[in-house]
This record gives sequence, structure tokens and C-alpha cells, in this order.
Amino acid sequence: MYHLELTGLDSLVNADPALVHRGRWVDLTFILGVGDIDYLITIQQGKIIKISQRKLQTTTGCFSIRAEASSWRKHWQKIPQRDYHDIFAMLAKGLIKIDGDLLPLMQNLQYFKDLISKNRES
Amino acid sequence: MDIEFEPITGKYFTLDVADKSYRIYMEESGAGIPLLCLHTAGSDARQFRHILCDKDITSQFRVIAFDMPWHGKSNPPENFQTTEYKLTVDGYKSVVTSFITALGLDKPVVMGCSMGGRIVCHLALENPSHYRAMIALEGADNLSPYYDLDWLHRPDVHGGEIQAAFVSSQVAPQSPSHFRHETLWHYMQGGPGIFKGDLHFYWLDGDFDKVSGKIDTSLCPIYLMSGEYDCSCTPERMFATAHRIRGSKPILMEGMGHFPMSENPALFKQYLMPVLKDIVDR
Repeated sequence: MYHLELTGLDSLVNADPALVHRGRWVDLTFILGVGDIDYLITIQQGKIIKISQRKLQTTTGCFSIRAEASSWRKHWQKIPQRDYHDIFAMLAKGLIKIDGDLLPLMQNLQYFKDLISKNRES
Repeated sequence: MDIEFEPITGKYFTLDVADKSYRIYMEESGAGIPLLCLHTAGSDARQFRHILCDKDITSQFRVIAFDMPWHGKSNPPENFQTTEYKLTVDGYKSVVTSFITALGLDKPVVMGCSMGGRIVCHLALENPSHYRAMIALEGADNLSPYYDLDWLHRPDVHGGEIQAAFVSSQVAPQSPSHFRHETLWHYMQGGPGIFKGDLHFYWLDGDFDKVSGKIDTSLCPIYLMSGEYDCSCTPERMFATAHRIRGSKPILMEGMGHFPMSENPALFKQYLMPVLKDIVDR
């Protein structure tokens, strides 16, 4: 079962050696926004080392990916319905907002797609 | 060791298009009505290998697929290193019609996907009586970009990786994993800036919704086929196109994405065979 609070996402990602290998050049913090709540996800060499709720505006990330909680619920279904099955499909439909320094996101796009979808129902 | 070769024959030849010559790679299989297959932007004719190997199809059709210039095993023109590749409506039409003329194909069925699905409608608009039918896979007459093409060709982003990562959003989640990743592998192998140059046609130069209503489907039947999970040529855009092209036949492929022939060949066959039968029976 997925957790909107991202509980256990770090364990799921870090236990996937292919995903960690894909993200081996990633060292940064980014924001995943779930409704009104921003989560700061810190990555070192492809592994998530910290997930925390953002409390201060001065604590930020390199880039942000935000959607309504209802959209993430659909994205994290085992077989998502169309428009919700991929964050760029959500982008095409206007269901997601991305902002900030997009270069590391684009350099590692499949890694970030797979990291976020790790929260999907198994 | 007994080898079971696939029934595909690959060939090279030089194709003259306007003032340029291209060494072109093509594959073919079967005999009968010519069925010319056009690959998607940024990929190549390998996408059609399942069609080329399907006896139910090759027993009635001479299936031909070629790599567009700059794609797959087809070469760019001489002095390509001094130019920026950018596909246009007129340039694309010239390549396809030159290929048909060079091979002497008589009233072929042309089946294109994505940018190939768009160009078949342009061709039908121009010379409907030259074709037996057109099958436009994932090819609407009006599209809307949702990302900046400059990300596809710059030194600090790996072109192959980002091309595959972009189009992975257009593969249905139900499609078999090995076919999903084979489809993406093709995207990882495109030349620098080629997917971007194709998308110039696909997103910026190829809209024809103002004139699509002029296509005469009594002379050239048009079949529009779109995957449920296609977030580019969405089912809504396909049905809107079908509404404008009077007499065209829209077919929604449930559980399918943007690459029907390569991402889920078995499911695609279920949708394609009735279309081919309809064409044969006409």
C-alpha cells in the first residue's frame, strides 16, 4: 500500500540496486509536494538518506515536483489510469507542476520517475 | 545448430530526394498489397519487426519498413556535419513519395506511427488516389507541446537517456516489460539532435487541422488508431481529428500507448487485423 507521507519510500528505493546504480551520480535534495505538504528528499549517490517534511521556507531543494494528493493517489495505484501513469503524462495533462533548477532532473529523468513511482502499490 | 532465421530481408540503396542523396536501409517481408510502414520520431524501422514477421500479414501484404534519412542504419546526406537536422512537412513528404516511386510501389497502404501517422494524412490530402488506404497510428491533426525541445540536444544532458525517459511516459503500464524497454532502447540510439529535429515537424510544423477536412476518404480510406495511454496523440485528439476528416474511422486501442507495433505487438494485432481485412475486402 502506498503512503502519502512517503513512509518507507527510502527503504524501497535503497533496496533496488538497479535504481541506485542508475542514480549513482545524483547528490542533491529535491522537493516532492503532496497537496499542501512539501517533502524534502535528500539523495546521495542514488540512495535516499533523508525524507523530511518541509517546515521553513528557507529550507529548500534544487527543484520541485508538486501535485494534488488526489493525483498522487492515482499515480501510485498498481495500474494507474491514463494521464496519471507517469509524471510526464501528468505534466502533459497539467496535473503536476515542476520548478527550480531542472538540469539535474533532466540529466536523471528516468531515475526520478522510477524513484517517485517506487511508492506505487506492489 | 539449426538457426531459425526471421523472414525479414534487409537491403541498402541510394535514394535521391530533391538535390540530396541518401544511403537508405530498408527491410521487407511477404508478398501482395504493398504495406509501407513509417516509424516514429527519433526511432527507426525496427519498431515494425513484429509486423514483418507475422505470416497472417505477410501472406497478404508486401510489408516494407525503412529507416528515414538520419535514422537507424540510413545515412544523413553528405556535409551533414555543417547543418542542423530539422524535419518539415514538405521534406518528409518528399522522402516518402521518393521512396514509393523508387520502389515502384503501386497504390500502397501506408501505415505510419506518431510523426508517421501525421504524414500519411498530409500525403492523403495531397494525392488521395495514389494510395489504397492510410493507417495513422497515434497521428492527430493538432497537437500541443508539453516540454521544451532544447532539452533533447545539449552537451550537459545525455540525448539517448533523456529521449527514452521522455517517451517512457507514452508507453502503457500494461505493456510487457521487455517490449517497453526494447522500444525505449531504440530511442537511446538516435543521433544527436535527431529526435529534436523530428519533433519540429511533429509539434511545430505538422498541424493540419485547418485543412484535414479536405481529405477525400472516398478516394483514400483513413483509419485513425490511438492508444488509451498516449499522452501526446490522446484519444480525445484522435476523435477530434476523425470528426474533421469526414469518413475516417477512429479506433481506440485500450491498454495501449504511443508505440502499438513495438510496445505490445500481440494486443496491436487484435486491433490491426480487422483494419487490414477491411482494406483487403474493399
